[in-house]
Amino acid sequence: MPSEKMLLNGSHVVGEAAVRAGCRYYFGYPITPQNELPEYLSARMQDVGGTFIQGESEVASINMVLGASVAGGRAMTSSSSPGISLKQEGISYMAGMELPAVIVNMMRGGPGLGNIAPSAADYFQATRGGGHGDYRTPVLAPAGSQELAELTFLAFDLADQYRNPVMLLGDGLMGQVMEPVVFPDFIDLENLPKKDWILDGCEGREPRALYSMLLGQQGELYYHNLHLQEKYDQITENEIRWETQGEDNAEMMVVAYGTASRIAESAIEELKAEGFSIGLFRPITLWPFPKPPLRKLAQSIPKVAVFELCMGQMVEDVVLTVGERAEIYFHGLPGGIIPTPAQVADFLRSALKGDGKVGRRIEV
Amino acid sequence: MSAEVAYEKIFERPASLKDAPTHYCPGCGHSIAHRLVAEVLDELSLREKTIGVPPVGCAVLAYNYFNFDMVEAPHGRALAVATGIRRVHPDKFVLTYQGDGDLAAIGTAETIHAANRGERISCIFINNAIYGMTGGQMAPTTLLNQNATTTPGGRNQRLHGNPIDITRMLAVSDGVVFAERCALSSIKGIRRAKKAIKKAFQSQLDDMGFSIVELLSPCPTNWKMSPKDAWAWVNDQMTQTYPLGVIKDTTGYEDKK
Ligand SMILES: Cc1ncc(C[n+]2csc(CCOP(=O)(O)OP(=O)(O)O)c2C)c(N)n1
Ligand code: SF4
Repeated sequence: MPSEKMLLNGSHVVGEAAVRAGCRYYFGYPITPQNELPEYLSARMQDVGGTFIQGESEVASINMVLGASVAGGRAMTSSSSPGISLKQEGISYMAGMELPAVIVNMMRGGPGLGNIAPSAADYFQATRGGGHGDYRTPVLAPAGSQELAELTFLAFDLADQYRNPVMLLGDGLMGQVMEPVVFPDFIDLENLPKKDWILDGCEGREPRALYSMLLGQQGELYYHNLHLQEKYDQITENEIRWETQGEDNAEMMVVAYGTASRIAESAIEELKAEGFSIGLFRPITLWPFPKPPLRKLAQSIPKVAVFELCMGQMVEDVVLTVGERAEIYFHGLPGGIIPTPAQVADFLRSALKGDGKVGRRIEV
Repeated sequence: MSAEVAYEKIFERPASLKDAPTHYCPGCGHSIAHRLVAEVLDELSLREKTIGVPPVGCAVLAYNYFNFDMVEAPHGRALAVATGIRRVHPDKFVLTYQGDGDLAAIGTAETIHAANRGERISCIFINNAIYGMTGGQMAPTTLLNQNATTTPGGRNQRLHGNPIDITRMLAVSDGVVFAERCALSSIKGIRRAKKAIKKAFQSQLDDMGFSIVELLSPCPTNWKMSPKDAWAWVNDQMTQTYPLGVIKDTTGYEDKK
């Protein structure tokens, strides 16, 4: 049975959802603004007989996740931007070895130590693989607490289904805000699809070895990369997720995800009151980016306004998707400042007029 | 009389080793260490319960030789990976097999903290005082005055720092129940090493804590020596910086003669 309606902060929501989704192995290193998540799980894992280890670093933590994953457990780590940078080598190895895991990034301002305010400046890192080599990780971008819970479940399922790390991309604000949530029921751990590749000792079977180094002279690495690409193509084909609001008769679509989309929603309301008709296109999977539905909208709606909590990263995917089908406007604010709906409304007015006063027109 | 009656088989490949030629250089200590690990796993009937984590280093392909479950770890992270495995499988046997660069340079933090948590993991530490796989650069364990490709004129304390005795450092932690240093450069030393490995493995089976066996191991190729000279160099030079013997033993096991 789903839970009662509960009021929790976003970090606790992810923690509770992870446990209900069958995660029994959490490894992480403290960093603001996501400390409430490991704190929550340090206690919750004891309730459910799981493992919580505060690793000695993000590097160690992601490699503990690698170990727990190869051993067959549903494993997770979480961090915020600087810590996610440190995890990239491990994520690359897991992608190479095709190991499932969930990685939560509650983004903060960068570069460097930056600040602890919400930001969306890790979009490139998240959607382009992040570490070395030719790989991708599905990236899920919730926009509120209920979705945080649901996408946490989805993240574990996608990770297992495709044998690939999956990233949940939130930000510091989302981790702190309290919103009502109804949690899906606990999954039945015993009835998850059996993994026939895990390491649990070779009793009654041939030994298994998992590795990403493929030195063979017969093109082993080449063929492995082709195999991975096939998988990424499948994910692109089957797993795009998005949400639209008010697209009928819209004169402009706003494209925004996560916290930025929540601010944009309020701004759009403001403009509606002024008589404008503006829709919202909210990508939920950032990789794979929901290209087909956005391209379709851009065929009939003349303007697209992209708003991000960074200086312009997702906008590149919008450009790749929309091309010359519609005029593209962009407004971004660097990390460390939470823009008000009024600021975003100014951008939308400017984009409608095409006067370039707030934000800028992107030439394709 | 048939051959089966006339001859008794008294020596064979351990079941924990695959029937595969290794890529190790002639005279390399890795081959000996592999065999010892495999023999002990067989003797303790552990092969089917074991999950091994080889390093990035010359032993990166150990899964081609060991006949049990294995997973590659990124360079230096074997003990973090092993920690994750161990927590999922409290009833299995987990070992790491690591070189000095892997364990005592890039992976120092993972090494110290896995040991200090008292993870039920046994670590086989191959100290050859050099980076074998990458072609002979300085290792954290390189001796003073020893030549490496990145210590022209020999390792200089002022320029390159001191050889690190990580096993002795680890022994300070209460998480570590057994630490011994042996040398794979004499028949006696190899026998001693096998005993140490057995003790280390037994302590994991008895749920005591972290165990480590450091094996001083010849790398004739990068030392630019014959295998024979390499053995002599271990015995005469390496053991001066890294004295052999039990460094810590809180297992309470009796030493069988
Ligand atoms: C992150 C990273 N840095 C560097 C390397 C290159 N590298 C591979 S093995 C190695 C050192 C190996 O030396 P050691 O651990 O002593 O093992 P040996 O080869 O001597 O057995 C290095 C630096 C790597 N694979 N990954
Ligand atoms: S380079 Fe050294 S450590 Fe590596 S296989 Fe050859 S002898 Fe052994």
